[in-house]
Order: sequence, then C-alpha cells, then structure tokens
Amino acid sequence: MKFSARIAAPAAALVLAGLTATACAPQTSDNSAKKDEKSGTLRVWLFQEVGNAPKQKVVDRAVDAFRAQHKDAEVEIEYIPVETRAQKIKAAFNDPESAPDLIEYGNTDTAGYVKDGGLADVTEEFGAWAEAKDTDPAAKQSVSVGGKVYGAPFFVGVRALYYRTDVFEELGLKPPKSQAELVTAAKKIRKAKPELYGLAVGGAYTYGAMPFIWANGGELAEESGGTYTSAIDSPAARKGIKAYTSLFGPDNCPAAKCAEMGGNDTVTAFASGRAGMAIGGDFSHAAVEAGKVKGKYAVVPLPGVKAGEIAPAFAGGNNLGVLKSSSHRTLAVDLMKQLAGKKAQGELFDAMGFLPTYTDVRESAAKKEPFVEPFIETLAAGAKAAPASPGWAQIDSSLVLPTMFQEIVSGRKDVAAASGDAAKKMNDAFGAAG
Amino acid sequence: MSAIARRGSGWTPWLYLAPALVVLGGLLVYPVYQLGLISFLEYTQAQVSGGEPTSFKGLGNYTTLFGDPQFWQVLLATVVFAAACVLATLALGCALAVLLTRVRAVPRLALMMAALGAWATPAITGSTVWVFLFDPDFGPVNKVLGLGDHSWTYGRYSAFALVLLEVVWCSFPFVMVTVYAGIRAIPAEVLEAASLDGASQWRIWRSVMAPMLRPILVVVTIQSVIWDFKIFTQIYVMTNGGGIAGQNLVLNVYAYQKAFASSQYSLGSAIGVVMLLILLAVTLVYLRLLRRQGEEL
Repeated sequence: MKFSARIAAPAAALVLAGLTATACAPQTSDNSAKKDEKSGTLRVWLFQEVGNAPKQKVVDRAVDAFRAQHKDAEVEIEYIPVETRAQKIKAAFNDPESAPDLIEYGNTDTAGYVKDGGLADVTEEFGAWAEAKDTDPAAKQSVSVGGKVYGAPFFVGVRALYYRTDVFEELGLKPPKSQAELVTAAKKIRKAKPELYGLAVGGAYTYGAMPFIWANGGELAEESGGTYTSAIDSPAARKGIKAYTSLFGPDNCPAAKCAEMGGNDTVTAFASGRAGMAIGGDFSHAAVEAGKVKGKYAVVPLPGVKAGEIAPAFAGGNNLGVLKSSSHRTLAVDLMKQLAGKKAQGELFDAMGFLPTYTDVRESAAKKEPFVEPFIETLAAGAKAAPASPGWAQIDSSLVLPTMFQEIVSGRKDVAAASGDAAKKMNDAFGAAG
Repeated sequence: MSAIARRGSGWTPWLYLAPALVVLGGLLVYPVYQLGLISFLEYTQAQVSGGEPTSFKGLGNYTTLFGDPQFWQVLLATVVFAAACVLATLALGCALAVLLTRVRAVPRLALMMAALGAWATPAITGSTVWVFLFDPDFGPVNKVLGLGDHSWTYGRYSAFALVLLEVVWCSFPFVMVTVYAGIRAIPAEVLEAASLDGASQWRIWRSVMAPMLRPILVVVTIQSVIWDFKIFTQIYVMTNGGGIAGQNLVLNVYAYQKAFASSQYSLGSAIGVVMLLILLAVTLVYLRLLRRQGEEL
C-alpha cells in the first residue's frame, strides 16, 4: 500500500500518467469498412441477461434460420455482461480489427455511438424491409439520428406503477387515477405503516422522474434545426420536478435514504416488501415475482396530472446495430433483420417477457400474457425517448439530472436554482456535441 | 591521453545510468508527455474511434476546468480532506507507537498484528467492509449505537468523516511501525537522563523524542500527504462514486468521472496535469527538507 520514499514521487506521477492508459497515445482508429465479404465469420455481441438461457435459445433459432439462407457464413455469438458493456463497446470502436460485426446496445446510446463513428447507416435497408413498416414510431425514433437509421429496434422497455394489493385493500385505497391521488395514497400508506415507503422514489432514478416532468407538460430538451436546447428549467418542467421531489421526505420516502437510490434500489425495496408502491419496468417483473411480495401486487399505468390520463413513460429498450467497421456489411444486416424480425421478437417475448417493437406483435403478446397489459397501455398512450443528441450520452453519464434531484431533495438548492444549473450543464453538453 | 580519460570518465556515469533511464523514460516520461499532449487536444470518444478528427484546443481544457466552480470546490475539499487524513493518521500512528514501547510483549504483539492486518487489507475490501458496518439497514454500528436507520453517507461531513476513519484505519500502521522503529533507535540513556531531570512524559516526547525523530516524521508526513491527496478507492467505493450530488468528490475521483465515465479524456488529462504539478511541488519541498538535514540523496 505504501511505497518507499524514493519511489513515491515517480510512482505518484506514474499513477497520474496511467489516467491515459486506455488512450495511451492520442491515436485515432479508422472505423471505415474496407470490404463487404459474402462469406466468413460474423461476430455478434448480445447482452447477457439475468437468466440468459431462454434468450440464447431464441437467438440460436434465428441464427439457424439465417444460416439456412447463407451457407457460407458462420456466426459467432458472444454474450457480454451488461455492467461493462460501455467499456467493451468503446473498446470495439477503438480497435476495429477485433470488433464484432453486429451489437446489441441501449437505445439511449444511439446518438453517442453515431457521433463516435461506430454505427453503420442502414437507412436504405431499413426502408426496404417489409416488416419494419409495423415498427412503432417511438422505437423507430430510438434508432434514428438526423433522419437516418442506425439499426433495428430489438425490444422496448417501459415503466408503470407497481402497487401492493394487500396494503391498498387494508387501507381502503384505490389505484391512483391522477398524480394528486398518487401522492395522497403514498402519504397515507406511510402514515399507516411507517415501516414502508409510500411510493419508493430515488434521487438517482432519472427514468422514474421523467414521467412527472412530461406529465406536467415539460420537456428535457427541445430541438430546432438539429440542435438541442435544454428545457429542464421551463416552468412546466419545474412543476414536474417539484411534484417528484415533493415525494422525498419523512411523510413518504426520507431523503436521507431515498436521495441515493437508483431505479434498481426502488424496485428492490418494493420486491422485498418495504414499499407500498414503486415505479418499475416490464423487465422488473421477474425480480418482483422472485421477492416477498409475489402474489400481493398489481400494476397500473402511472397516472398523469388529470384524472384518467397516463403519464408519458420513458421508452427504453435495446437496439441491434451493424458496426461501421464490419467487413461483412450485407451479411450483418441480414442477420440483424433475422434477429430483430417479427418471429424472433415474438419468441423473445415468450422466452424473456421483453416487449416487441412491432405494434401488431405486441398486441398478440398482450393477449397471451395479461401481465403486460398496463405496460402496453402505457406505450400506446405515447412513450417518449431521450433527446437524440450525442450530448445526451454525456449528460447521462455525468449524472446531471440525478445531481439536480439530489440537490433539491437534500435541501441544498431550490427547484429554480437546481434546474437552472442543470440546464446550463445540459446546454454545455449539447453545445460541445454540436 | 588525459583528455580522453577525462571525457571517458564524464560519460561513464551516464553509461551506468542508461538502463535505468531507459526504463524511466519509457514508463514515466512518455506517459507524462502523452498526458500533457492530450490535455491540449479535443479528445473524446468520438476522436478515439475516428468519428471526428482530433483538433488542437490550446489551453481550452484548462480554461473549461478553471472556469468550473465545481473544480475549485473539489480542489478545496481534496486539500482539506487530505490534511485532515494526514493529521489524524500521524496523531494516531505516533500515539500508538509510543504506546507500543510501554506495553508488555503480549499486548504489543496483539496491537502489531491488528495494525498489520489493517495494513494488509486491500483498500477496496476495507472500504466495502466499512460501508457495510455503517449500513443504515443492516449495519451493526447503528444497532449497537441505537441509531435506527441513520444514514452515514447522506450528510457531506458525515460521509467524509466515515471515509476519513477508513483511511486512518488503513494507513496508521505504516506511521506506527516506522515511528516505533525510530523510537527504538533512540539511546535509552537520553530518555533516562530526561526522566531523572523530572521531565513529564509529554515533555520528553516534545523536547527529546520528537526532535530526534524529526527525519522519520518528515518522511512519513510527506508520504502521507502524497498518498492521501491521491485518494481514490475509498471515496469511490464508500460514497458510490462521489456522494449525493457529487458532495464527496475528491480530485482523483473527479478526474476519473470526467475522463472515463463521460469519455472526456482531454479534460481528465488536464485534471491529471494539475494534480501532477501539485504533487511535484510537494515532492520538491520534501527533497529540500531532506537535503537541509544533510541526508545523502
């Protein structure tokens, strides 16, 4: 742990110098494709999910179908851990020689990856693809940057309100129909059962907070002529921020504990029976089923401001994209269509519960599995995407919005000051991104 | 003939130094050169992977950095936090070193083992265990103290205090062992003479032991300064990457967040250069102090 005196100073400098380790020389890699081979091995990176075996089966079937049409092509699938995906994909962009041809990526990363020069433009192929006509508009937007398409939507994820049926019954509560009712119900639960959070919220749970901003008519950012400007400090957005941050406090979710929580923490709190309500995704279903509250909960869309309205949810999910550096572009695009096609997405829903990106496939899925009903309802009411600017990736990773919420709930700044500062940071990022 | 011999002798030291210089050049000078170079460029993920050309920004990164109030706040926090860590580590280390000289063999052995255990624990393990001990829901500390579900990492100062405890815990053994060795080297008759003159314990420490231990104390102080200024693991693990709204950021974690979490490699490099300069200044002071004491360099 300690070095001898003589080497301490050089060692200190070395550690600092080590900051450049991943970019050991200001080098720039060439990500342009040199050729388009029609045979050889296609390398694919997909995310390793919790309980990955069913996904693997669906993928293997799709690959078999692909190989039946392309006898000369081999496919090598690698499942990469979700936690380190950002580093792995960056590394792939840095070293095109060992990069895969096709990757799965989170849809908030689209614009950033396009700016990095990592993803290939597949606008033509996507336009000529018959199945793509049924893609829902929010999903299509999540693969588009500046009117061009950079991949195919793989599945969508959306959040809704989980609540404890037993607690609601005991306290004579009804599933909230408006934001005001939601807040009242949350405080009632906390009052009657102080060991529970009314509605589990998190200062670092950006995707749980966004619906409050959107429901109040606010926006994260506004686009004009391809450039984005932050709208987080508009009066409407501030109203939403105020509504969300008012949920932090001894009467619902004490700031001392909830300010630090992220999305997973709130879902864990709900699943382990420490919360009356939580905002969770369709993808959280398995985790909640595995928890203490199994059989004692239900899901409804998160209510909007007016009674009967649904708060616009964040349209999350993953896409598939061909790397710009791929030397098998045509094959990779074909494989992408196979994996993100209607058949594979339908099977993926059966296997993993991931919501399909095609409106018709989604409807038939809802018939099979009533659980997804509230989520599909939420999507149908109009889910929203994060700003399609490369600046968003930086805003996201430098925790601009969590910092804003945490500043407010810890009482360090008021809504106006915190949202003003956040808007400034967002505009810097949008400006730098061009 | 004599000219050749003189020239030969002028070159000989360099010849002997060459292998070490080559290694140092490759492992130290070159990376530092790259660090400095990148800090003058616009260099983010887009430049690394070829989406955009790399461009020269001059002092742009430094202007951004120095214009950011958060940087100054983090710098101040780093200096104050490092100073507090150094003082606490030295005070505890010296006190226990003195204690070691006064207790019997068995307690001395126990104290030594406990200290060496703390010293040998990897920083990341130590931090994880400390966070668990103070966990609001499951931690034993809150149970023992009856604090309910008090969160130690919520307040800025209480989070810093928690990290400080961990840092002191894992770095006091170095001070203790070094100072203990120094005290052992003080001739017994000097201490005996002092006590015969009726000096109190505190007086003996202040007027006899501390001056004789000065070279050792200078070494451990400067090393603690360098080490605590660069603190990373403890803050990163215990406050979850810098605390609520970044309240517990220190310079090294801040540089990491800029360089790697948000891929602004050039801005991260600029922070690295600033840290390098600060530590270089500290090191120069250290070398001067050593030289003044007549120690061979």
